Amino acid sequence: MIPTAFDYVAPESVADALAALADSDDAKVLAGGQSLLPILRMRLNAPDKVVDLGRIAELRGVREDGDAIVIGAMTSYVDLLADPLVAEHAALLKAAIETVADPQIRRRGTIGGALVHADPAGDVGAPVLALDGELVITGSAGERTVAAADFFEDLFTTAVGEDELLTAVRIPKHTGWGAAYEKFVRVAHQWSIVAVAATVRMEGDTIAEARVGLTNMGSTPLRATATEEALAGKQASAEAIAEACAKAADGTNPPSDLNGDGDYRKHLATVFTRRAVLAAAD
Amino acid sequence: MTRITVTVDGDTYTDDVEPRTLLVQYLRENLGKVGTVIGCDTSNCGACTVHLDGRSVKSCNVLAVQADGHEVTTIEGLATDGQLHPMQKAFHENHALQCGYCTPGMIMQAIDILKDHPDPSEQQIREGLEGNLCRCTGYHNIVKAVAAAAKAPGAELASSKVGE
Amino acid sequence: MTVSPDALVEIAEESPQADLTEPSGAGPEIGNRRLRKEDQRLITGRTKWTDNIVLPGMLHLAMVRSPFAHAKITSIDTSGAQGLPNVVAVFTAADFPDGMGACANAWPITPEQVTPDHLPMIGERVACAGEIVAVVVARSAKEARDAAEQVDVDYEELPAVFDAMEAMKDEILAHPDKGTNKSAFWKLDSKEAGTGGDVDEAIAKARQDGVVIEREFRQQRLIPAFMEPRSTVVDPTGEQVTMWSATQIPHILRFLIAATTGMPESKVRVIAPDVGGGFGGKLQTTPEEFITLAVARRLGKPCKYTETRSESLISGHHGRDQYQKLTLAAEKDGTVTGLKVDLVANLGAYVAIVGGGVPVLGAWMFNSIYKFPAYQFNCQTVLTNTTWVDAYRGAGRPEATFGIERIMDELAAELGRDPLEVREQNWIKHEEFPFTSVAGMTYDSGNYEAATARAKELFGYDALRAEQAERRERKDPVQLGIGVSTFTEMCGLAPSRVLGSLAYGAGGWEHASIRMLPTGKVEVITGTSPHGQGHETAWSQIVADRLGVPFEDVEVLHGDTAVAYKGLDTYGSRSLVVGAEAVVRAADKVIEKAKGFAAHMLEASEDDLEFVGGRYGVKGTDKGVGLTDIALATFASHDYPEHLEPGIDADATFDPDNFSFPHGTHLCAMEVDTETGQSRMRSYVCVDDIGHIINPLIVEGQIHGGLVQGIAQALWEEAIFDENGTLVTGSFVDYTLPTAADTISFVTENTISPSTTNTLGAKGVGEAGTIASTPAVVNAIVDALRPMGIDDIVMPCTPQRVWKAIQTAGDHSGDVAAQAQPHFDEGAANADPGVTGEGNGQ
Ligand SMILES: Cc1cc2nc3c(=O)[nH]c(=O)nc-3n(C[C@H](O)[C@H](O)[C@H](O)COP(=O)(O)OP(=O)(O)OC[C@H]3O[C@@H](n4cnc5c(N)ncnc54)[C@H](O)[C@@H]3O)c2cc1C
Ligand code: FES
Ligand code: FES
Repeated sequence: MIPTAFDYVAPESVADALAALADSDDAKVLAGGQSLLPILRMRLNAPDKVVDLGRIAELRGVREDGDAIVIGAMTSYVDLLADPLVAEHAALLKAAIETVADPQIRRRGTIGGALVHADPAGDVGAPVLALDGELVITGSAGERTVAAADFFEDLFTTAVGEDELLTAVRIPKHTGWGAAYEKFVRVAHQWSIVAVAATVRMEGDTIAEARVGLTNMGSTPLRATATEEALAGKQASAEAIAEACAKAADGTNPPSDLNGDGDYRKHLATVFTRRAVLAAAD
Repeated sequence: MTRITVTVDGDTYTDDVEPRTLLVQYLRENLGKVGTVIGCDTSNCGACTVHLDGRSVKSCNVLAVQADGHEVTTIEGLATDGQLHPMQKAFHENHALQCGYCTPGMIMQAIDILKDHPDPSEQQIREGLEGNLCRCTGYHNIVKAVAAAAKAPGAELASSKVGE
Repeated sequence: MTVSPDALVEIAEESPQADLTEPSGAGPEIGNRRLRKEDQRLITGRTKWTDNIVLPGMLHLAMVRSPFAHAKITSIDTSGAQGLPNVVAVFTAADFPDGMGACANAWPITPEQVTPDHLPMIGERVACAGEIVAVVVARSAKEARDAAEQVDVDYEELPAVFDAMEAMKDEILAHPDKGTNKSAFWKLDSKEAGTGGDVDEAIAKARQDGVVIEREFRQQRLIPAFMEPRSTVVDPTGEQVTMWSATQIPHILRFLIAATTGMPESKVRVIAPDVGGGFGGKLQTTPEEFITLAVARRLGKPCKYTETRSESLISGHHGRDQYQKLTLAAEKDGTVTGLKVDLVANLGAYVAIVGGGVPVLGAWMFNSIYKFPAYQFNCQTVLTNTTWVDAYRGAGRPEATFGIERIMDELAAELGRDPLEVREQNWIKHEEFPFTSVAGMTYDSGNYEAATARAKELFGYDALRAEQAERRERKDPVQLGIGVSTFTEMCGLAPSRVLGSLAYGAGGWEHASIRMLPTGKVEVITGTSPHGQGHETAWSQIVADRLGVPFEDVEVLHGDTAVAYKGLDTYGSRSLVVGAEAVVRAADKVIEKAKGFAAHMLEASEDDLEFVGGRYGVKGTDKGVGLTDIALATFASHDYPEHLEPGIDADATFDPDNFSFPHGTHLCAMEVDTETGQSRMRSYVCVDDIGHIINPLIVEGQIHGGLVQGIAQALWEEAIFDENGTLVTGSFVDYTLPTAADTISFVTENTISPSTTNTLGAKGVGEAGTIASTPAVVNAIVDALRPMGIDDIVMPCTPQRVWKAIQTAGDHSGDVAAQAQPHFDEGAANADPGVTGEGNGQ
């Protein structure tokens, strides 16, 4: 199936892209296209203009910036997976991205596209949230930075405004933290039914700090704060971890759909949080 | 209409296309490269897999205009001088196709796997194919074929004419 | 037939590996792992799919489909589409007052069957979502699509019924004008048929002093999901109208076009070029084919229609969808004494080409390999406002095999015995063949002992049982289950007389012809219509052996009614056992015809000739002449005996006098994570007996593919409609086909009990894997969970279903059956909750 007709521009700078967006009421930003193109083909959306960010070199790549790494919004999944800075300082993000879709989609899809698309079943939001990431948004008025906790507003809705771009993702370094992403699906090409992103800083046998993000347990990625608190300072024993992780679904309101109803998802969240924390602490 | 120049299977084409044209439609309808096929409308099946600058993508999920200035290799560009690519040969020898509809995409993706994993485990092969659906073979012989091709020299040199 | 099991265990793996480079003709071709002839064009992307066809001036069609399951069309406004760029025409049903043909039901299972008319384009009332109400014709597919969105249709929604049990109540009618949803009732009773005893008596007796097992099973609705979307191109220019279509049945399609449109059959040519899978899903004459034909004829221009995947999933016919109630009577020692089967089968909105007959095929299969004395099969078909239902790989036999193999496990569990042991106690012993079953079928050959013994050995049955006990002992969160399925099936459709007695609209014969070309090459024309099965290769092997010509010299032609002028196409695992048998007989006729020429050329008496290795030789001399030389001689025909006609080409039509009955033992080990409900396959072994094997490579491929389709029914696939009749599994995002990452490598072997109903000794293999594997997987999952008090999981065995069964069992074990099963009488579908959330897309 083919999208409805649209105009196409491929600016080479952020400024030109912003100008192109401002110039139209109904433009859509094209990043990797792996979510946008299926939507256009199914004619669920019919923009009059598509602004392709693919030719803006400044939006690609990962760099170090003090105690954080900064990832350009247009950095593709495969580039992130191959990046040594990500592996060293944001192992959780890498673990999550390994599970996204399939190799072909990971070749094209970008971290920025995934975050702005904000599908609650998407795998990128939870690790970025768990890692206390910050999102750099650029508009005609300039740049602003939004904490991940404030970025996701609702299903498919973020803090990025109509004529704005997500330009970068800042992730505080979590160097040396253990990490695991547990994704639950029925068949491999599915989106997460539930997934858990867990990362821990160990001091000997003790979990000094823990961060846990939940995928598809609500309309946005969530933090399992009760579990994080319960884990802090605990011996990494199977019992202690299980006890702390039993709280993982506290306060969540997960969806019910073809793949499972809310209660089942809540149960899964506790199981996979336990498994993810155990793996991260290993 | 937007003017694009794309190298496909070693030949360079310049065309005016509607921006909404998908790469797979450009290949099939403008260039007559009907070896690449369409199996779905949600980018789940992988039947349309081609190489863009030497690595696999789903050509139903790329606009032709995005391929402007890039190189594309399709199933039709694999065999050179009448010689089958080692992956094509392995598919034949291991009976890795029945109806053959998934085959162009499977072969293109299988070659891509070997670029990352020159000596892949069964698990790596299976996960590498998770974006490609086949309804006929039960995957058993496809997995076997990829493993066999990995042992053949040159199987990962995907795109015969794409210099990497 | 009495042969020791060991003697019959011939393992396909040991067949000689063909060497590609070695010229053929040296040894027998049959049995070789010949690499396929058809691969070259497919692996290089140079094949002809219907959608690849481009004709001068060709126009493209886009369909306007109803989003509603049941609605009156109150108005259609096409003006928004009419003037758009390059739009050539927009048609509705009103533009074709004389109709455009019809999707026929070729198998009314009873004379009284309620069969609603199935018109290609709907003008008044749509009876399921996806029905076509208008068609837009434009110069490009995208312009047709753009314009189709501008066609404005007003509907008045009508009450709709989706579930078969709900439909049985006749409260909401799928077709109000019919007065009922009940289409037909079909019954087979062994006492009435004289093939066995009274089942009610057997059950009553077992209630007193034996065991009665009653179970309700659900065969969920599936979608064939062939990978090539359907496509049709019609060229109306020229004397004959030519239709290319992605179909399994070019011959039947041509016949039905003529029969329902009134076009002379001789003016229609149908071609099935390379077809990308079918699995029964392309065994249909479709609205899209009729509409493309009508539009092309009206406009006098070539037209193409290719469906999208989403259109395919809603509008191509679905499969399965039955409620089954089984009552099994047995003595306390495990001897089965009777089986009663009640089915309610959902036909969807229309009785498809063989839709009513598919569940009825189960009548001869629920008794399976067992020899109990009393049997009754009752089948009620019902109409609903859902996509039509018809053959899907196995068609009626997987449903039946599932029922019997599930309940045999339940019997074993009830008796506390090993499931294979209870089966063996009841199955037909190898020395008892031929055996006439309680359903009246005569099984010609088989050896269930041999297949089972080999399967157990390959599987490591005893070791896995030991591991299972150990995991149970230590309360491992991951439990191990072992699933058994010993199946048989009837295939090779079909003896024409049998079909006649069932009021089937056609015969079951197949046709082949052989042309001996003067240059020594051989053309084989077959009436079968392959779409992945490798007929070009297998038929070549058979002909090479029979005629003594090299494999490479044989060309197999098919799928074009102008070339393969007679045929009944490919379905029901019929191609080899019926179609290739016709090829064998045509070859024998060629040899026979050549004899007179040989005698003349060798100046010998026919009685002194023998045909060996492609040559007629004079016995006791080295004088001889090759078949290909004879072909050349008949081409010149300068000198030949007067009583002969100049030619040795021949054709043959073969009508089988029985079905073929492949069987096998399938063993499956599943690991069930009791914390999440997720099931993972650990190993799968099957030993199939399909008689003599023409090409082991192709056979293995058929088994592998069949297995995954059957496993997918057990674990992953289900077509689900919501309360509005919308197919919520309407794309590949939600209709969850398995990938390579979800499946494992299988262990497949064969035992060989040759079929006695064809010269080749072969049995069909196309559907075996699908038929056998579904119950093996579910039995394994139930086996893993049985100590928890669980005795069924409704398919597909989703993690949530398994998990919920475990939760409920923990609360009050014993009630689980009630939780996990459909309620036959109330009609509750026990489906997962509908989509309430956002539905994750992309
Ligand atoms: C078959 C399939 C399976 C998939 N499975 C998964 C999965 O398992 N897990 C998962 O997480 N994802 C999955 N995805 C989605 C995939 O990860 C997408 O790539 C990703 O969600 C979007 O990234 P993109 O770069 O392709 O963005 P695009 O598709 O180009 O854009 C997505 C949206 O974000 C907007 N946008 C993009 N970039 C910017 C920007 N810089 N500033 C402002 N707006 C922007 C676009 O306008 C659009 O609305 C799957 C996709 C497919 C087709
Ligand atoms: S056609 Fe591209 S993934 Fe299916
Ligand atoms: S070979 Fe038919 S879909 Fe793969």
